Amino acid sequence: MAEEKIKEVRGPGQRPGRGAPRPDIENPGALFKRIMGYVLKDYTLHLVIVIACIILTVVASVQGTLFTKTLIDSYITPLIGQANPDYGPLANAIGRVVMFYALGVVASFIQARLMIFVGQGTLRNLRIELFEHMESLPIKYFDTHAHGDIMSIYTNDIDTLRQMISMSLPQLLNSAITIVSVFVSMLVLSIPLTIVTIAMVGVTLFVTAKTTKVSGKNFVDQQRNIGTLNGYIEEIMTGQKVVKVFCHEDEVINKFDELNEELYQSAYKANAFANILMPIVAQIGNLSYVICAIIGGAIALNQYLGFTVGGLASFLTFNKSFSMPINQVSMQFNSIIMALAGAERIFKLIDEKPETDDGYVMLVNAKEENGQIVESEEFTGHWAWKHYHKAEGTTTYQPMEGDVTFNDVDFGYTDEKMVLHNILLHAKPGQKVALVGSTGAGKTTITNLINRFYDIQDGKIRYDNININKIKKADLRKSLGMVLQDTHLFTGTVADNIRYGKLDATDEEVKAAAKLANAHGFIKRLPEGYNTMLTGDGANLSQGQRQLLAIARAAIANPPVLILDEATSSIDTRTEKIVQDGMDKLMHGRTTFVIAHRLSTVKNSDCIVVLEQGRIVEMGTHEELLELKQRYYQLYTGNKPDMVSA
Amino acid sequence: MVKKILGELHEFKLPSILTPVCMIGEVIAEMIIPILMGRIVDLGISGADMNYIIRTGLMMIVVALFGLAAGVGGAVFGSKASTGLARNLRKRMFDNIQTFSFSNIDKFSSAGLVTRLTTDVTNIQNSYQMILRMAMRAPASMIIAMVMSFIISPRLASIYLIAVLCLAVIIVIMLNKATRYFKEVFEKYDKLNESVQENVSAIRVVKAYVREEYEKSKFRTAALNIYEMFVRAEKIVTLNGPVMTGTVYICIILISWIGAHMIVSGELTTGAMMSLLTYCMNILMSLMMLSMIFVMITMSQASAKRIIEVIDEKTSIDNPEKPITEVKDGSIAFEHVNFSYNVESEEPVLKDVNLEIKSGETIGIIGGTGSSKSTLVNLISRLYDVNEGRVLVGGVDVKKYDMETLRNQVSVVLQKNVLFSGTIYENIRWGDKNATDEEVRKACCLACADEFIEKMPNGYDTFIEQGGANVSGGQRQRLCIARALLKKPKVLILDDSTSAVDTATDAKIRKAFAEEIPNTTKLIIAQRISSIQGCDRIIVMDDGRIDGFDTHENLLENNTIYREVYDSQVGSSGDADFDEKV
Repeated sequence: MAEEKIKEVRGPGQRPGRGAPRPDIENPGALFKRIMGYVLKDYTLHLVIVIACIILTVVASVQGTLFTKTLIDSYITPLIGQANPDYGPLANAIGRVVMFYALGVVASFIQARLMIFVGQGTLRNLRIELFEHMESLPIKYFDTHAHGDIMSIYTNDIDTLRQMISMSLPQLLNSAITIVSVFVSMLVLSIPLTIVTIAMVGVTLFVTAKTTKVSGKNFVDQQRNIGTLNGYIEEIMTGQKVVKVFCHEDEVINKFDELNEELYQSAYKANAFANILMPIVAQIGNLSYVICAIIGGAIALNQYLGFTVGGLASFLTFNKSFSMPINQVSMQFNSIIMALAGAERIFKLIDEKPETDDGYVMLVNAKEENGQIVESEEFTGHWAWKHYHKAEGTTTYQPMEGDVTFNDVDFGYTDEKMVLHNILLHAKPGQKVALVGSTGAGKTTITNLINRFYDIQDGKIRYDNININKIKKADLRKSLGMVLQDTHLFTGTVADNIRYGKLDATDEEVKAAAKLANAHGFIKRLPEGYNTMLTGDGANLSQGQRQLLAIARAAIANPPVLILDEATSSIDTRTEKIVQDGMDKLMHGRTTFVIAHRLSTVKNSDCIVVLEQGRIVEMGTHEELLELKQRYYQLYTGNKPDMVSA
Repeated sequence: MVKKILGELHEFKLPSILTPVCMIGEVIAEMIIPILMGRIVDLGISGADMNYIIRTGLMMIVVALFGLAAGVGGAVFGSKASTGLARNLRKRMFDNIQTFSFSNIDKFSSAGLVTRLTTDVTNIQNSYQMILRMAMRAPASMIIAMVMSFIISPRLASIYLIAVLCLAVIIVIMLNKATRYFKEVFEKYDKLNESVQENVSAIRVVKAYVREEYEKSKFRTAALNIYEMFVRAEKIVTLNGPVMTGTVYICIILISWIGAHMIVSGELTTGAMMSLLTYCMNILMSLMMLSMIFVMITMSQASAKRIIEVIDEKTSIDNPEKPITEVKDGSIAFEHVNFSYNVESEEPVLKDVNLEIKSGETIGIIGGTGSSKSTLVNLISRLYDVNEGRVLVGGVDVKKYDMETLRNQVSVVLQKNVLFSGTIYENIRWGDKNATDEEVRKACCLACADEFIEKMPNGYDTFIEQGGANVSGGQRQRLCIARALLKKPKVLILDDSTSAVDTATDAKIRKAFAEEIPNTTKLIIAQRISSIQGCDRIIVMDDGRIDGFDTHENLLENNTIYREVYDSQVGSSGDADFDEKV
């Protein structure tokens, strides 16, 4: 029954990247809604207060504008010519406005403060969700996506989104509220003039759209040319020494000049078009002002509709403050589109299907009681598989030994192209299996299957006679040690890095593991010994030293099964010997799968598996395979078999 | 510094001058318009003079058109000047980099050079454009507005003056504090991103050790920390807005109150008061703009410094006065050579090296990492200059040769070798751009590259991607050897250039060399003893010294290091490479 369930899970719909909901940039509304979802999740109250504050701010500034009208019409004009003007009413009016203004300033302060929490808080949540989700993704995701692209989600995309939430969003709200309130105020003052103003806004939008279209095309050109030139620069700078050795400086300069000129032409045009927008929009605004002044003047002078001179003065101020937020919206537009594109990439990662785990067999501490294995609460140094049989409703315990079998395994990274065919293998506890073959023969792929970095299409892999699909992934991986060719270290001390294999290891255990891996010697000589900080993937260590640390890290985890990927040359012979000794000590008494590059490793293996194009072509001990005088013989001696027989 | 950068303007000097001129024109238009607006209200509307309104309105349109022309001019000239400056800076840097010697290149690193040519130039372009268009505009706008205000009413204008001074002080204090905080935050932020990077590239380790939860909690702590710091820094910045609006409001109220009194007593007209209120916004906006410009200038300062470093860098190796343009033969000699990459700071990498290599000899070089094998051969084609002693090729000091001649005759296959994007033909022709197809094929055949090239769908026209990403390591090395062979050099140096080639092919290449180019002096650096044991003589390097220089047999007998290496690889313990890269 469990088998069936697993099959179900491995159905085609489950493969990552397919069928996952993917928001389209053509649907910016949905994207925007989703971003707002994140904002509202924790900050609904904040946002409500922010909107209230924005309204207050806008009202305060509109009041200020209206105040000019009242000031002139009701308080100043009546005073003109009076012998003993009474400033009392004026003082009262100004007092009222002071209150409004104070309110506005306080509101804008509160709004800005709260937006920090809304913006940064949302980003913090998003960042954490992004990272935690990324950690749960299958290896396949990392193998099929460029690491630079993943990184750019954290750096560029999150940054543009930060700008949108903390800058564009409040500005948009502000603009929208201003537009509405100014519009209403204008309507109250004069309907015909409002129509004129709106018409001019229409003209502005039309011109903006036209210019944006032209500059958009130029921007695309510019972006493309930047890409080409930067690519060329990167290529030449990386190969600069080769350029020197081949005296190719002039050719390179000619090509560079050509690309540089192209970039200049398009950058110039793109910038020029983008920059002329501002003066054009500003002058259309002035035009609108003049037209309103003339028409308004005509109306006011003829005393139509009770329109006063003060009213016209106020209206003209509104006219000015109406075009401003509209320009702002159009300017924010670009950054919003960019932020949405970034958000799309962020959500795409969040929507990736995480690694599934249907395993139920668990790894537990075990001890023997009356000849029976039972589970133990504390650490015993012995491990057992806890296997619950659903059909019978019983639980059995089985000691962990490290016996691995491949039974007719087929595998492909995609369904279309199989890379492993009919793999049959049996590694008994403590045996060493060497995988040899040319690049692309499938050696690394086999190791990727044991710890379920990838799931097989057909056949079975068993660990201590349990189908690995039934084992909880975390427990399966805990029982497998791994030392890869590219050693990756983490920022932290040397001891931290070794302890990565066993988080609660004591200092003594760390030291013991380092000694086993032959790493103790060089660590002692580091300036601060085990407390030396490593940064940038252990950039301050040599390749050999990094490898020794990786071996120590695996040693401290003390797993029964090991997966090793030997380093190909380029370390010098002496260091290599130290590394090799460390590896040998680590392999002792463990079932080991080793992707072998060294003759001694291969020779000393219990079983050599020769792979070619995803198939096992030969299998046996060193002597047996030499006897065959086939592929292994050819690899070993460097001679073609037919040359030998000839 | 500024002078250095602007020195690269050349043909863009005129637009650089025209831009601020245009911007000032725009500012003037902007200043006149409020006056006209005030007049429309004052004289036209209050005076019920429709003609006046229309006349002033038309005047305003004329001024607006003038402003438009100036604005567009400023935009176009500004773009031309800034993108042009960027173009010239890039070119100046790139040209200078091409004259760099190896030690110059080492000093900057390729990644460093790329940043300088791309990001730093963009920074300069943006701030130059900003400065051209705003640096004149903002102060001009502020000064003109101030002057106008003073003309209208010195009493009221002094309110602005005080407000501007107060605000300037506040802004400077805030900016100071904020930049300090932000610098701190961004350092931490970079660290956070580095840890993400670490997780992405080491995801196999994370998953293999089942450390997802551990990494998550680590990240969560760091993210919370960053959040706190961002909040603290932004709190200062957000004070900016309320302070600005507050000041504007105070100004408006003061002007209204005092202005009202003045209007009543006939010292001021209502229109003039409205103009004053407009200037209020102008002045404070300009102040805001100025503070932004300051930020931009400080930000681009670092970029400018980095660009100038590249432009000012002088190549450490120059062509001699009367260069020799012919290399007689492929003999090589080192006479008491001392060398260090950095004369002041380190002990010599090569210590008193003496060598005598005859033309046509095949020499193997072996030694541990850091024993200066590559350094030794790099001196032969004068990629670096010796500190003491002499290096001779064909009996002549390498410093006396024309560099192009020397490097064409001494062909090096570097350890870190790269191919460039282009077809295989194009890549191989780097060795000799006039080579015929036949010659290219011949070189490839010698380097045993023909076998895999011919199997490729497009053969020699196959497109190689940047860095040679679409060929295997061994194939890349063979193509690089073919490229070096096409020069038909008198000396050929292979610096660990067959490490990824399988032993059989390696042997085949060596055999081809011996048969096809017997007169070329060949120097082969290798880790594998099998690659060099057939050489005429072998140099054993140890810690910058020559520990032995003799035939394979003699070294086996007399040289401890050589014997040790031999034993470990071929001898009893049998630790040779099991190389599978066929």
